Amino acid sequence: MRTGQNTLRAKIRTLTDHAATGLAILSTILVVAPLVAIFVYLIFKGASSLSLDFFIKIPKPEGESGGGMANAIVGSGILLGLASLIGVPIGIAGGIFLSEFGRGTKLANAIRFTADVLNGVPSIVMGVAVYALVVKPSRFMPFSGHFSAFSGGVALGIMMIPTVCRTTEEMLLMVPHAVREAALGLGVPNWRSVLSITVKTASPGIITGCMLAFARVAGETAPLIFTALGNSFWSTNLDQPIAALPLQIYVYAISPYDDQHRLAWAGALVLIALIVIAVSLVRYVTSRGVLKGAS
Amino acid sequence: MGVGIEVINLNAWYGTNHTLQDINLNIPANHATALIGPSGCGKSTFVRCLNRMHETNPIGRVTGTVRIGDLDIYKDAKPVEIRRRVGMVFQRPNPFPTMSIYDNVAAGLKLNGYSSRRVLDEIVEKSLKNSALWDEVKDDLRKKSGASLSGGQQQRLCIARALAVDPEVLLMDEPASALDPVSTSKIEDLIFQLKSQYTIVIVTHNMQQAARVAEKTGFFLNGRMVEFDSTHKIFTNPSDKRTEDYITGRFG
Repeated sequence: MRTGQNTLRAKIRTLTDHAATGLAILSTILVVAPLVAIFVYLIFKGASSLSLDFFIKIPKPEGESGGGMANAIVGSGILLGLASLIGVPIGIAGGIFLSEFGRGTKLANAIRFTADVLNGVPSIVMGVAVYALVVKPSRFMPFSGHFSAFSGGVALGIMMIPTVCRTTEEMLLMVPHAVREAALGLGVPNWRSVLSITVKTASPGIITGCMLAFARVAGETAPLIFTALGNSFWSTNLDQPIAALPLQIYVYAISPYDDQHRLAWAGALVLIALIVIAVSLVRYVTSRGVLKGAS
Repeated sequence: MGVGIEVINLNAWYGTNHTLQDINLNIPANHATALIGPSGCGKSTFVRCLNRMHETNPIGRVTGTVRIGDLDIYKDAKPVEIRRRVGMVFQRPNPFPTMSIYDNVAAGLKLNGYSSRRVLDEIVEKSLKNSALWDEVKDDLRKKSGASLSGGQQQRLCIARALAVDPEVLLMDEPASALDPVSTSKIEDLIFQLKSQYTIVIVTHNMQQAARVAEKTGFFLNGRMVEFDSTHKIFTNPSDKRTEDYITGRFG
């Protein structure tokens, strides 16, 4: 009787176990499937239009076939570089303040709240705001009075700040108290302990946060419409309008020409590939020198 | 060389909680002194007052006088200077997880600005030999992370890290409580060797451990020091009834 019950219970347990595992696998597939589908579709639609010309030529005038997006690829690189220069240091510094120096203070709570709100601001609003702050004023601001690569970088950079800031804070909070105490116990000043021990220990997570923010703004179009504007010609000048891949994709996607549609698909594929390459590169570079058994 | 510690009317608080009340004692130089008592009696807080770690807690507060050698640590010096003279080993091994074994030991010096490679090499080797870890790690000093070692090795690494800044006093807050018996006996052997060069204060829950390693023992109860005497006297013929009850296992 007893043994019978036990085997029945064991069977139910095994079944529940299998069901739970099955559900977990199913959920994973559901999450990953759209991603894979998008990528496969992009390769299917975009790869055929990829050619050397795409990477080394600038767009042809309306109606003419051929041409490439070399200026947009370089433009996106410049915009993202500028955005990272603005967003990463400010975001990390803010995160360090929130977690290490301002914990529990009113200022820190206000900054955390602002960052969360900023994270939720629609990107088109960010574009308009930067238009008003940087593009419009003409007398006091450098690079102002007209559309420019600089203003586009500022818009994307501001968009990176909240993500970088909050992930930095979260990652620093995960560093065990014992590690901070160990540093203080050696007579290391607090600021030094924060920079050399706490931030270093949290750095893999902080880098992930920066990469997330980078990947997010890399595909942004809306904030660039009022700032970088886009450019059909070669320009690497920070003071001039500049082309960007998402902008170029947007313009080509809504154009009436089939040839431009094909270029838009190719552009989307290149954009995603470049993001993947950039993120992998940063991961590779920062993972060198990690020691055996380091956690 | 170690120096003696003189504690006069020491009081400590966590917020409104009066954790230590009117502690007075003299800890002799170059000996091991054990502090025993039930959990929450204030012995950990007490050692944290000896290197001013207590005040790193935002709600921690201290009054009274602590003299380490000639130095009145709450009057004459900054916390960071004191912590270089008074090393600390914590209950749980806490090596820096991203650093190699070598960098863990050199951390105190490097982070305070010493950079001569030759001097650092020497100090790292000496400290690891002093903490009886050298033979086990000498081949992977720079290859392996401190976190890759076993618990007992990690604790000896933490001792080496504390020794590397050349302190006069070594505070050990239950250094063996998270370790197995073999690692514990290694740590105890180590305390025996180290007390010729350093003044050692060790907090322990393990009364046999106190009896084995320390010349002097203090018994703490409810934030007060009940009795402080030679270890032999505390464990064979304590003057206070409460001490006797505790060591005979009637409470705690």
